[in-house]
Parts: sequence; structure tokens; C-alpha cells
Amino acid sequence: MNIDFSAQELSFQAEVSAFLKAHLPLDISHKVLGGRRMARDDFMRWQRILYEHGWGGPSWPKEFGGTGWSHTKEFIFEQECSAAGAPRLIDFGQKMLAPVLMKFGSPEQQAHYLPRILQGEDFWCQGYSEPGAGSDLAALKTKAERVGDKYIVNGQKTWITLAQFADWIFCLVRTSSEGRRQEGISFLLIDMKSPGITVRPIIMLDGEHEINEVFFDNVEVPAANLVGEQDKGWTCAKYLLVHERFGQHFIGPIKSLMRHLKRLATEEMANGRALIEDSRFRDRLAQCEMEVMAHEMTLLRTLAAVAKNGSPGPESSILKIRGSELLQQIIELLMYALGPEVLAHRPEALAPDWQGEAIGSRHATTAAGSYFNMRKLSIFGGSNEIQRNIIAQLVLGL
Amino acid sequence: MDFSLTDEQQQLKDSLCRYLDKNYSFEARRQQLKTTDKYCATHWRAFADMGLLGIGVPEEFGGMGAMGNGAECLSVIMECFGRALVVEPYLATVVLCASVLREAASQTQKESILAEIVAGNTVLALAVQERSARYRLSHVTTSAQRDGDGYLLSGAKMAVLHGDAADTLIVSARSSGQPGDQDGISLFLVDKNAAGLTIRGYRTHDGMRAAEVTFKDVRVAQSALVGPVGAGYAALARSIEYARVALCAEAVGAMTALSEQTLEYLKTRKQFGVAIGSFQVLKHRMVDVFNTSEQARSITMLAAIKADAADAGERRRSIAAAKSLVGQAARSIGQEAVQMHGGMGVTDELACGHYFKRLTAIDLTLGDADYCRAELGDLLAAT
Repeated sequence: MNIDFSAQELSFQAEVSAFLKAHLPLDISHKVLGGRRMARDDFMRWQRILYEHGWGGPSWPKEFGGTGWSHTKEFIFEQECSAAGAPRLIDFGQKMLAPVLMKFGSPEQQAHYLPRILQGEDFWCQGYSEPGAGSDLAALKTKAERVGDKYIVNGQKTWITLAQFADWIFCLVRTSSEGRRQEGISFLLIDMKSPGITVRPIIMLDGEHEINEVFFDNVEVPAANLVGEQDKGWTCAKYLLVHERFGQHFIGPIKSLMRHLKRLATEEMANGRALIEDSRFRDRLAQCEMEVMAHEMTLLRTLAAVAKNGSPGPESSILKIRGSELLQQIIELLMYALGPEVLAHRPEALAPDWQGEAIGSRHATTAAGSYFNMRKLSIFGGSNEIQRNIIAQLVLGL
Repeated sequence: MDFSLTDEQQQLKDSLCRYLDKNYSFEARRQQLKTTDKYCATHWRAFADMGLLGIGVPEEFGGMGAMGNGAECLSVIMECFGRALVVEPYLATVVLCASVLREAASQTQKESILAEIVAGNTVLALAVQERSARYRLSHVTTSAQRDGDGYLLSGAKMAVLHGDAADTLIVSARSSGQPGDQDGISLFLVDKNAAGLTIRGYRTHDGMRAAEVTFKDVRVAQSALVGPVGAGYAALARSIEYARVALCAEAVGAMTALSEQTLEYLKTRKQFGVAIGSFQVLKHRMVDVFNTSEQARSITMLAAIKADAADAGERRRSIAAAKSLVGQAARSIGQEAVQMHGGMGVTDELACGHYFKRLTAIDLTLGDADYCRAELGDLLAAT
């Protein structure tokens, strides 16, 4: 066994680090590291910078303009980006839609949409869940009726992250009600500027606007925007969910939050002495630390398995559950470590140019909001209950 | 043994519930929070009319007296407040400050201030926590220096509950000794307009208010001293004990309402063609929520019954235990309720998230679960 990166991987790490130092705009990293509100342009600008450097598709194969990196290199890249305060790439286009288009899209669709994702031109969002179809995704009702060379779409999608920024939405729609529920679903690409689309914000419990409902009222979609075969969209959906899960290990945010926590442990005071001297806090910090070690090692095992066998081992299925719970546990400790002033609700402090004075510790400004917000991690992207069912069935054979 | 409410307590509960059901709906509360008001004068007046502002205040100052046991009565009120997510300065004024005054104030101070509190004419806030101290009340660095026939106060207090709504603050300051000493702490009444006083108020995530307060050579007269000089800690500690019982009861009200709403959601939300409550994994978790909530209720009742026990050790142990267990219950029930509500649980639209936020805040107020468990540990070691 050998846990070290190869010499080549280490030099790649240094290359990424140097690139970030030279090219990551300070105004963007300031927002990411400070938990400030992000604008659409922050994401797109960063995507364009990566694209110009040839790194626009870190998880894509070379034939589609990607980097062709190994999973290990991609992991190194993500770790370095996260530590430096680069925005996350817009997963919806990069990691969800792109693999589907590469596998099921027509050559025309691939040639049109993929470069626009790479070049930071299109912001994509994901239209899967509906009010009556959450964990039970196949219960979706949004209807697309084929009329001539168009589909007419009617219905409602919900929990759409950053739909307010999106140019396009990829949707699962019902094109037939015959047969099994999973049959009769199609995968459709819809221009958000189409007449008949309404986006309604959903305010979350931290008071922020991050998710939306999207309504479709007789929206006309060219038939050419169908991906794969009509009524066979479930195949695309399943393929996409596998990709989504594999990427949801949260190791980047977990490690940066741990760094943050350790820093404030020496800066903050409690009961008249440094927080790190408090044995209760210290125990909890140590608990988080060891769980992070195990989680990261599980992820490395997955990367090694992919490098060797081309596919992840069974350990990969626990990454989403463990990663989300661990991130929630760390932000919880961080919030409690800051004491009662952490409860101050100051939405103005999330503005990019806010220069005001903190209430209490400067670390406290966003901690409680993040704690409340991060409860979503165990709910979205396939709730942890659904993840456990999948492991029970597919891994353990129960 | 009999754990039922007295007729008097039951009447109080019924009339308060009726009032809140009618006037403090989730929607009405949401509208109130959109205003810049520090609290709602209409509700405050109604609370005064119902006698809520005189709980625990002796009848000679216009109060309701103890009504049997002050802490039990207080629990009844706070549980109703927890259910309705009431955001008025009740804990600050009636529990924290009135308790300090009842324990330590002079007859003259009681006549002038307690009577005004009971009548609903004034709001007070207790400024006793310091940043480097967190929850430890004896760690007072704010100083009180003799200045002619009065005192000069200098220092800072944090997380002063409803500090920007108050007409008067009660402040702990050190007149002798070192940070950490219980001796040498004096309590003072400070007018909100006093020269050198800065009150920086803010809204908290749970819809309440708090303030950061700084004192720069704030001059107070001898008559502002509450209780004997240097011996304010005992009254302060008693006040915190009552407030912890009140917070536990409020949490029990909130977690009971949240459990009920979660149960209702499990019974009505359908996925895969059935109510999600039919899934065994959710059934068991709902049972755990119910179980946890009942344990929280039990330990809160114990703390309320013991809140005036003559044996100080027994009293303190019960209250520290209650605040710690209730804090843990608040955390786990809040998180579980959100998770079982799925996406709806993390929206601003549903009450669920708001109960979760208040329950989180209660744990973070006047000693969180870890702090209070350690306090109980220290008390056990001392017996």
C-alpha cells in the first residue's frame, strides 16, 4: 500500500496551486472564503478563466474538449481550488448534463451545447423534482406533448438551485402515461427565455434566495431538444444520478471548514481562556478530525479503485451520506464554538462589498446561517434515506 | 403525587392559548417581523392585562404573587410562548430582570420599577454576559469604580437579550476582585440614554432581538445600585436559574408543536403511493422524536418543581440537568423534524424551519447543552 501521490501528481498539484495564485480573481475568492453572496458572473468569469487555460472541463474526456485528467488529478484540482477559494464549477452543466450529452446526445447536440458549457456561455439548472415527486422521482407529472416538430410543456418543477441565473434547464418530463411509471419519461433541454416560463424564488430558512420553483405554461420546445429517445429519459436520469452521487463527497468544503474551525479555536475565548483549552470543545474537534481522516481515506480508496479497475468500489456509495453528515457536524461545532452572538442575523453582511463591523467574532457573521442552510445537504441530491435504500439494495443485497 | 395544573394555572393557560391562537398566528408573527418595531406594544399590553407581567412579583407591587409556585406558573406561560414562537421581550423583562429585582432590589426600587414592569409600562434587559466569558457569569471584567457618591462603569456586554428594546438595563460590573470571582460583582440600573452608553441592537435568526452594549465611563448614582455592593452574584445566579427553567419550558412548547407538525406531515405526505409515515425507518425516527420530547418535558417539570427548593444544590443540579438535556433534545428534534419534512423543512415558508431556529437559539442562550452538562458535573463533584 502507498498513500502518497506520485511525483507527477505532486508536480501537477504545484502547477494548479501556482495557476490559482496567478489567475483566481481576488474579488471572487474574497466572496467564496467569506461566505458572501455570489453573482452569476462570478461563476461564469471563473469558468472562462479556466477555459482559456485549457482547464474548462476538469472531469471531461479530451475528445469533448476536457482535460482528460484521471480522477486523482481531478481530485487534486478540486482540493486546491477549494482551499484557494475558487467558486465551485456549475455542476449542473459540468457534471450532470455533460455526461448525459456525451453518452446519449446527438452529435449536433454535443457540438452545440458542450462547448458553450466549457466557454462559460450557458448557465444550466436541473429540473427534476416536483412538489409531488421528490424522493419518488418517477411520480413526476410535468407533461410534454408532441405537436409537429415541437413539444408543448406544462407543469411545475421545484427546488431548482440557482434557476434565477440559468440560461437553460434540463428537465425530466412525462411524454406518455402508458406502462410503468419509469417509462414515458423524456429528457428535454429547455431555453429559460422561452415564453410561458415563470421562475418563483423559494426563500430558505437562512433568509437567502438560492432555490426556485419553475412553472411551465404551454412552453414550446423544439423537438430537436430531446436527448436520447422519447419515453426513454429515465435511462438518462439514472445515468446522471450515478454521476451526481459520485461527485458528492464534499471533501473540499469539509477541509476548508476544518481549517477555519482550527483557526478560530485559537483566536476565540470562552470562559476567560482560549477556546482550544476547553476540553469539551477539544473533544468535539478531535472527533471531527478523525472522522474527516476516515472520510478522506474512503474517498482515496474510491479514487484508487477507479484508477485500477475503471469503476468505483462499493465504498463509494457511502461518500454522499458521510460527506453531508460530516459537513453538518463541523458547521454545528463551529456555530456552537462561537457562542450566543452567532445568532445575529445580518443579511447585509453577505453583500460582496459589505465593510461593516461584525457582531462579536468576525467568524460569527455567517456561521448560523450556514448551519441552517446546510441542513439541505442530507436532503438534496437524493436524500440520505434514499441513499441508504440504494446501498441496502445494490450493495448489501437486502 | 399529582402533576396536574392547579385550577388557577389551568385558567391562565387556557386564556393565554386562546389569545395566542387568535392573535399570534404564524402569519401574524411573520408580518410583525417585517416591521422595525423592537416588540409589539399591543401584545405587551394584552400580556399586562392577562397578568402575565406580574408572575412571581409580590402582590404589594401589583404582581400576581407566586400562584402556588412561580416557576411552575412561568413554565405554563413559556410553553404557550414556545408553541406560538412569541418574540416579545418577556424573558428579558419579566424573567431575568424582575427576578433580579425581586431578589436584591430595595423597597424603593421595587416600588418604582417592579410596579412599572407589571403594568406593562417599561421593558428591561439584563446585560451580564461578556464575550471572553461566554456563559460564565462570574467572569466579569466590566468595571465599577467609585466616583464621588456614585460609580463609573466601563466595559462591554454581549448578547443582551432585547437590549435595544429596553428602557433600562441591569448591568453586572466588578467593584472588586478578579474576573472569575463571585465576590465583588455589583449590579446597577442604567438608563438607556445614559451618557457613554452605546447599544448596538440586532435581529437574531429566530426573530428575537439582542444587543451589544458598551460602557465608556457611564456614571450612575448610588441609588442605581441593586443589592449590596460587591454581592450581586447570588441574585444574578437566581435570575439565571429561573430563566433557564423558562427557556426549557419554551423549548418544550416549541418541540411539542414541531413534533405534532412533523407527525402530521408523515401521515399526509405521499411518495411511492403511500404516506411516508408508513416507512419503518421514518416511524422509528418519529418515535425517537416523541421519546426525546417527553424526556425534555419530564426534566423541565422537575426543574420547575425544584426551582424554589431550599436545598441550593438540589435546585442547581435539577436546573443544570434540565437545560442540558433540553438543549440536546432541541438540537436533535429540530434537525430530525427538518430532515423528515424534506425540502419543505429548509424553506422559510413553513413553520418547521422557524421552530428549528428558535430551538437552536434556546440551546445557545444562557448555557448550551455542553456547558450545562459540565456545570452539573462540577456540582456532582462538589457533593
